[in-house]
Amino acid sequence: MTTLKNSKGFWLSIVLALIFFGIMQYTISNGILNPFYINTLMFIGINIMLATSLHLIIGITGQFSIGHAGFLAVGAYASAVMTMKLELPFIIAVLAGGVIAAVAGMVIGIPSLRLKGDYLAIATLGFGEIVRIVLLNIDYVGGASGMQVSHLTTWPWVFACVMITVLVIRNFTNSTHGRACISVREDETAADAMGINTTYYKVAAFVIGAFFAGIAGSLYAHNFYIIQPSNFGFLKSFDILIFVVLGGLGSLSGSVLAAILLTIVTTFLQDYPETRMIIYSLVLILMMIFRPQGLMGTREITSLFQHKKTKGGPKDGSHNTVA
Amino acid sequence: MELIQQLVNGISLGSIYALIALGYTMVYGIVKLINFAHGDVFMVGSFVGFYAITVMDLSFIPALLLSMVTCAIFGVLIERIAYKPLRNATRIAALITAIGVSLLIENGLIYIRGAQPEAYPNNVLPMDKLDIFGVSISSQSILILSVSIILMIILQFVVHKTKIGKAMRAVSFDSEAAKLMGINVNNTISATFAIGSALAGAAGVIFGIYYIKIEPLMGVLPGLKAFVAAVLGGIGIIPGAMVGGLLLGVIEALVSAAGYSLWRDGVAFVVLILILIFLPQGLFGKNKREKV
Repeated sequence: MTTLKNSKGFWLSIVLALIFFGIMQYTISNGILNPFYINTLMFIGINIMLATSLHLIIGITGQFSIGHAGFLAVGAYASAVMTMKLELPFIIAVLAGGVIAAVAGMVIGIPSLRLKGDYLAIATLGFGEIVRIVLLNIDYVGGASGMQVSHLTTWPWVFACVMITVLVIRNFTNSTHGRACISVREDETAADAMGINTTYYKVAAFVIGAFFAGIAGSLYAHNFYIIQPSNFGFLKSFDILIFVVLGGLGSLSGSVLAAILLTIVTTFLQDYPETRMIIYSLVLILMMIFRPQGLMGTREITSLFQHKKTKGGPKDGSHNTVA
Repeated sequence: MELIQQLVNGISLGSIYALIALGYTMVYGIVKLINFAHGDVFMVGSFVGFYAITVMDLSFIPALLLSMVTCAIFGVLIERIAYKPLRNATRIAALITAIGVSLLIENGLIYIRGAQPEAYPNNVLPMDKLDIFGVSISSQSILILSVSIILMIILQFVVHKTKIGKAMRAVSFDSEAAKLMGINVNNTISATFAIGSALAGAAGVIFGIYYIKIEPLMGVLPGLKAFVAAVLGGIGIIPGAMVGGLLLGVIEALVSAAGYSLWRDGVAFVVLILILIFLPQGLFGKNKREKV
């Protein structure tokens, strides 16, 4: 991987993203895009953030966590309290949502990351449910009837947060720390034997993932007029999981593509929620039976445009040995 | 007295958890898979019992048996269609498939009959109140408890005294060696799913009679709690699942009795996380070291 080639693609994609941002901003501010499509666009952005943050935990570090809606809920409620109760500016609320979710990620991560595979999955699922039940029982945030939130999320906010999330996660994955996380995914015992502090990297991935899920939660909360604990049940966690699984466990661009694709599908099936869930569940089952590595496997979209000649063994992570 | 009343309720609820947990623990013991769809088999059992009583006009015992048989067939079908192709796949792939199957059953049923709840008829079992030392216990809960205990005794008999039970224990101990000894591993796994699902079906009917209201998503929370019960007792250990189920039911009842009934659902998960951290092998399990 030559740095020049890499950086060229990097700057190119940033320029393309900015052009896309400009076009969208132009169409929104001139009223060409109707509110329905603007809302879909926001949802795509939020779902990309959720998918990539879970991708870091499941796809890169191999920790099967299915309580991501819990972090989303923590971020959403924390930021809603900041803006609605304490009347702080939106930027502080967004950051606080991320930070509080990251703290929650650390609190839950340190004890439960001693667990592996199925047990971790169940523990994180339990964590997500605990968050929901706690929110249901706190009157300060409205209990079951929910909390009113003013509409503050705008397209530039969503775009900026998505860009930051994707860039941070991409760069983290390509750094020394990211390589350590991948080694934990491939074989935890071997990574430990090579002197990698596996607990540290697992918790780090958890905290970063939770942070971005919390930020997504802040945007999610301020995109609605009301948030309720029932928005953050395990079905939400499964939705996010499906993005990651469909995109390919270990592929960042796969998660992004799956988030975009499935959000559009969801929007058009909004009136038929059970049909949507039947399609989702069939996709999960058939995917696991016929193509368990997901759409992209562990490859990135950039590798589709490159003709690589690999010498020797397969490139790292090209076989599906997640967890 | 209030406390003892709550304990009786807790044991009734706990016996339902125990029946579901048995299926989890047997399947986990034999294929190392958390069968997420197990809670939905419980739900299907409940609906089969409901239609058997209301549409086919059956009484309690025939409805229970019909539900058990239907669930056994359903469980085997799930195993053959969804889990068997993944026998050698990664654990995560199997877990994701199980989640998919669970979502498919729930939403499939909603698609067919709608999401509206149904109410079990309340004349299925006699509704007498027995006064024992000042505690009023409904004859329903005694009957429910005795059905659960009889089913558990039958299960113990099947696992320890019959040929298929011996095969199940052999496969769960070492499936490769069992295969070499001439045991048909696939049939044994199917039998495990059949027995576990039948117990879940029975639990579904009992749940419906006890709690009246049933709906397509009712299997999720009892399913998860039954899994907690299985982990609590030591997953893969049959007596552990029974004790874990009863214990969890009693803990929930005590939490309700202490005035925190809204937090009841959260307590099960707190118990789960505490058990996983401090005693991951469960109450009845032995500590196993991981070999490198």
